[in-house]
This record gives sequence, structure tokens and C-alpha cells, in this order.
Amino acid sequence: MQIKKAIVVGASSGIGASIARQLLAEGADVAIVGRRQAQLDEVAAGKMRTYAHDVEHAAEIAPLWERIVADLGGIDTIVYAAGVMPSFEEHEYDFAKDQQMLAVNVLGAMAWLGLAAARFEAQKSGNLVGISSIAGERGRRGNPGYCTSKAALSTYLEALRNRCSRYGVNVVTIKPGFVDTAMLGGQKLPLMISPERAADESIALVKRGTSASGFVPGIWAIIALVVRMLPSFIFRRLNF
Amino acid sequence: MTSLATSAPWRVLDGFGRAVQVASRSVKPRDVDELRAVFAHAARDGLPLTFRGSGRSYGDASIGEGGVVVDLTGLDRINAWDPVTGIVDAQPGVTIEGLWRRILGDGWWPRVVPGTMRPTLAGCVSMNVHGKNNFRVGAFGDQLESIDLLSPDGELRTLSRTENTELFRAAVGGLGLLGVITRIRMRTKKVDSGLMRVRARSGRSLDEMFDLFEQHLPDADYLVGWLDCFASGDDLGRGQLHVAHYLHGDEDRDPSRSLDVDKQDLPSSMFGLPKKHLWRVMRPFLRDPFVQLVNWAKFQKARIDDGDTYLQSHVAFAFLLDYVPDWRLAYGPGGFIQYQVFVPDEGARSSLRDVLRICQEEDFTSYLGVMKRHRADDYLLTHALDGWSLAMDFPIRDTSQTRWRERVARVTERLSERVIAAGGRFYFAKDAVLRPIDVQRAFGARKLAEFAAIRRRLDPNHQLTSALAQRVFGG
Repeated sequence: MQIKKAIVVGASSGIGASIARQLLAEGADVAIVGRRQAQLDEVAAGKMRTYAHDVEHAAEIAPLWERIVADLGGIDTIVYAAGVMPSFEEHEYDFAKDQQMLAVNVLGAMAWLGLAAARFEAQKSGNLVGISSIAGERGRRGNPGYCTSKAALSTYLEALRNRCSRYGVNVVTIKPGFVDTAMLGGQKLPLMISPERAADESIALVKRGTSASGFVPGIWAIIALVVRMLPSFIFRRLNF
Repeated sequence: MTSLATSAPWRVLDGFGRAVQVASRSVKPRDVDELRAVFAHAARDGLPLTFRGSGRSYGDASIGEGGVVVDLTGLDRINAWDPVTGIVDAQPGVTIEGLWRRILGDGWWPRVVPGTMRPTLAGCVSMNVHGKNNFRVGAFGDQLESIDLLSPDGELRTLSRTENTELFRAAVGGLGLLGVITRIRMRTKKVDSGLMRVRARSGRSLDEMFDLFEQHLPDADYLVGWLDCFASGDDLGRGQLHVAHYLHGDEDRDPSRSLDVDKQDLPSSMFGLPKKHLWRVMRPFLRDPFVQLVNWAKFQKARIDDGDTYLQSHVAFAFLLDYVPDWRLAYGPGGFIQYQVFVPDEGARSSLRDVLRICQEEDFTSYLGVMKRHRADDYLLTHALDGWSLAMDFPIRDTSQTRWRERVARVTERLSERVIAAGGRFYFAKDAVLRPIDVQRAFGARKLAEFAAIRRRLDPNHQLTSALAQRVFGG
């Protein structure tokens, strides 16, 4: 499978930026969307189309989507990689942070991917990719809002898969574990991989063309299985 | 209503044949004020509008990309019904079904109906649909008293054969490109019975089918022919003709029973199967060898039934396409295209024979062939002429857009060439393939220029379009 015309939303840094660079290297015409024009320009290096946009501004999304599809002359792939994870301290409860996470991680994804799903269903093809997280597998005490947003995104993508794969749309959920991006603020964590490797494995999953939902790297599938099976009375005593 | 560009919901919409689909914004106004608001908001946002009724046009007439598709099925009230004069006054989204259910009990039936009861009245006007009685009573437009048309220039005009005549002739069959029809007043037909007398005939060749049609033309109320498009050689064009007459006076001994709306409904099961799942059973068998066999068997049955006469309800006779719900899904993900050619009476036998032969030469045989007799009318973009039509269903196997398009294009270009050479025309409700050049040659540059001029007058900012208009008129 060759990806020819792609939009990456949330491509100014992290996994999104790496996916955009890799798609470009593979010969795709890539449009990148992010909040900060300067960072988009750095990622694009003059070789991608850049569109400054904050996914929290939902009213901009449909017209911008149409503009980008027209600029690309069609589209076969969308990657939604925008995500925020503000840190929460012990004893902290901050609705503003929760609201922002839902706006960026969930509502922005629904706005962009819903438009893409409609188009892909009509054209009976297309790769629709969402970067979710291992964090969506259980509700962890460290960041309730983030886990909620990623669980919502994973469920939304699963539902899109069930809705659209019968029309030839390849709906892929990427669930990275620890990736060395700004989101984790330079922490060194077990099984951490580079964003480039996360991008490599994500694109490989997309190219499989089987509407997959997969962990990146794959070892997290085993961890997720164990974590999901842990009874609540044990899980609530853990601190991760 | 806030901005349509940013907040209108999106839908995947298809033509009835499912071979063409697009994602677009879609809104469903409930009254004329909301329609006016849609016009205003779309103009402000620079979004083109496409009107859609029940989405029963087979091709791309009721879909559009990059704008807003306006679903008119929300305007579905019958404003007034007069059982003395038989004149109905209705909103655009009333369906043929909604109409007959309202009027039959009073002893009336729509003068012109297509093969399905699902289309909206405005859709029927905009495509100027015809029925199996086109040769006798004309097309849908011929039963209209008047229509009200709201155009992007802001005017709400009443159009009829005596008022705004030129616009009436253009808006009937105007493909929804001159404005939105907000009100329809039309005549219906008084019937003495809810039943019709139907006689089945069969013809062993295309010539025999023509002969049978001509034999029954002088007195039949309805005539429709089925052709086995797989038959070749001496059997080419063999088929079955159904001749139907209204019952008059006391021919129906219990008209109150036959005019009972509940007695008209189609059977809920076929071959012992619930009808709503029948398309799933049909799907694996919609392949050339099976369909060829079914056509063969149907013809053998037609030979046995030749000359049989029976009584049939109006609904059962008129709406064959509604017998199997969702039958279009049986064609699989690629859908199908319907393509209907119209040829003048003079030379019709040779033209239709060539059409059937070309399909067979290209190994692109229609699964269904429907033959009808037509008469000329004076609508600007009319497909009707004093002649004959053949409607064909071609399955689309390959869902990857380019490959099937190439094959379909090759075959239909050959067919269109033959039809145009015969002085024939096409029907936009059943088209997904015509090119601008085909349309120019079939309809004539003068008529198209006249239509374009009226469009510019009523829609000066070019707000109304459709995928069909983009394809055949370039916008």
C-alpha cells in the first residue's frame, strides 16, 4: 500500500511530526496541521503544506478540511496525532485542564476524523488513523482526565472501524506506550522508544490495511492485557 | 441557524444506483422560511446548493460536492385535497406514496407515476418523470396545474401553462437548477376501481415486441415491455408485454373494497421469505450466468402465460420496483447504473436492435431491459419524444473507481453514439455517464443555451448546482 496524499493533524512535534516526516520520505504529498506556524515550518522544511490551526477552534475545521483536500487534490490518509497531557499533582482537581484534554484529544479527533470518515466511506477507501494511548486501557489515578480522553478516543475509533471498514476504510488505532516526546517532559521511563520508532511502527500498522488496533511497541500488548485483568482492589493500590 | 460552512452536519449521500457517492453537508428544512434561511446562509458562506428529494434518481442528480445538499423530504404536507375536482395542492417533499394513500379512497389515482412510489413530487417535476402510460397521457409535467418556484434571485414565482410559461417549460425537467419548488398543484385521475385489467403477451423477438406494442397502442391505458437482454441471434429482443386497462363502470363489482388503501399494499413476503431480507438472498446470484438463466426462465414463463388476463391493484401494477425492499443493495458494493435511451419511432427497431447488440458485443449485458412507448412534449430539457425507450441496468463490479469507469465509459459511449445518430435522447434521472458532448448533441446547443440563460436570470450568482450539472453542463 502506498500512501500518496496525507493530512497529519497535530504534527508540530512528537509522534505526529515524525509520522509526517516519514510519509514525506516515502513520497507522499503531506499536509500538516498544528497550532504553531514556526514549528510547522521547521517540520515541513519547505517540503510539506502547512496549516496553522488550533483543534479547539471547532468551527474552523470543516472549511479547513475542504481547503486541504482541495490543495492536495484528494486524500487517502488522515492521522490525528494532536494530544495534550497537562500534569496533575496529587490532590489536584482542575476542570480547565480536563476540559482542554477532552477538547483536543477527543472532540478535535471527532471533528477531523468524522469528516474524513464521511469522505472515505463515499470514496470506499482511505486510511483513518488516530493516535490514542495505552493510558486509555484503565483509569489510572495519576491523570484521570487523560485516561478518560484516550479511552474515549479508542472507543470512538473502534466505533468508526465498525462503522466504516465495511466500506473499504482502513481505521487504525495506535496505542503507544512511553514515547520520548515533549509530552513526557524528558523523563526516562521503562520501554521508552523514540518518536521516530513510534512513527515507523505506526505506519507499518497502517500499511497492513487490516483496520488494526495496535500497541507501539508491541510489547505493550502483553502489559495491557495484564493491566486490564488486574482486579480493581489491586489496581487502586498501584501508583502508576 | 449559524454558519452552514462550519456547523451543518455531513452525510454520505448516493444516487439510487449507488455507483456514485459523495460526502457533503446536508440540511433538512421544515418550512419555506427555513428554506429561505438556507438560501441566505449558503449565499453568505459561498456554498453551492443541491436539492434532493428521496434520492431516487439513479445517478448523480441529487448529490453535490463542496456545498450543501438540501433534503426536501421535511416539507411533506398535503396542503389541500379536493375529492370533487381531483386537484391536490402539496408541498415538494410529499411522495407519490403519500399522495396515492390520501386520494385513492376517494376514487382518484395519480395520472403519472414512475415504477416506484418513493420519489417526491418535486423530484418527479424536476426530472419530469414518466410512467408506463407516457404514450397516452404524457409526462409528469402534463398533469401539473402550477408550481411555485423559489429561486436564488429571491423571487417566489408561480409557474404554469398560462403564467410564466417559459419558466414553467424550463423548470419541469429543470433538474432543480432554477430554484426550489415550494408548492405543487396537480390534477389526478378519477378511477372507478382500485384494480386494473392486465393482459400478458410475449414476443419471440424484438420485431414481435414492437408488433405487439403497436397492436395494443390504440386502446391500452398502460404498456410496458420486459426484454431478455441476454437473448441473441433470432431471439434478440424477445420479451413480455403487459397491457393494462382501467376498469370502468360496474366492471368492478365491489369498488369500495378495491379502493380501500389497505387492500392495495404489496405482499410482505415473497417465496415464503420476509421481503426485507430478500436482497441478501439475491445478492450472490446477481452474476451473469444466473441472471441469464433467470431471464431465460422468465421468458419461458412468459410464453406459457401468453394471452393470460388478470386483475391487479394499481399499486401492484405500477410499483414493480417496490416489491423487494432495498433491492439495489443486491448489486453489492459497486452498485449499478441505470441507463435509458430514447429513440424516435422512425428507425426505432434498428436502433434498439443495435443497442442490444452493442451490449452483447462488449460482454456488458443489461440485467434488466424495460421497453416503453413515448410521446413528444414541449419541456425545454425533455427526454421524451415520439418514439421508444429502453432502460437498462448494468452492474458495477469493480469498486475501484478508475477501472469500472473506463469500461462503462467505453460501452456507454458506443451506445450513446448510436442513440445520437438515430436522433435520440437520454433521461437525466437515469444517467451517470453522459459527457457534455453527448448532451449537446442529443439536446441541441440552442436548447442548452436557452436553459443556461434562464439559469443565469434566476440564479445570477450560480448558487444552484449538482454533481450531474457539474458533469454535463460544467457547473
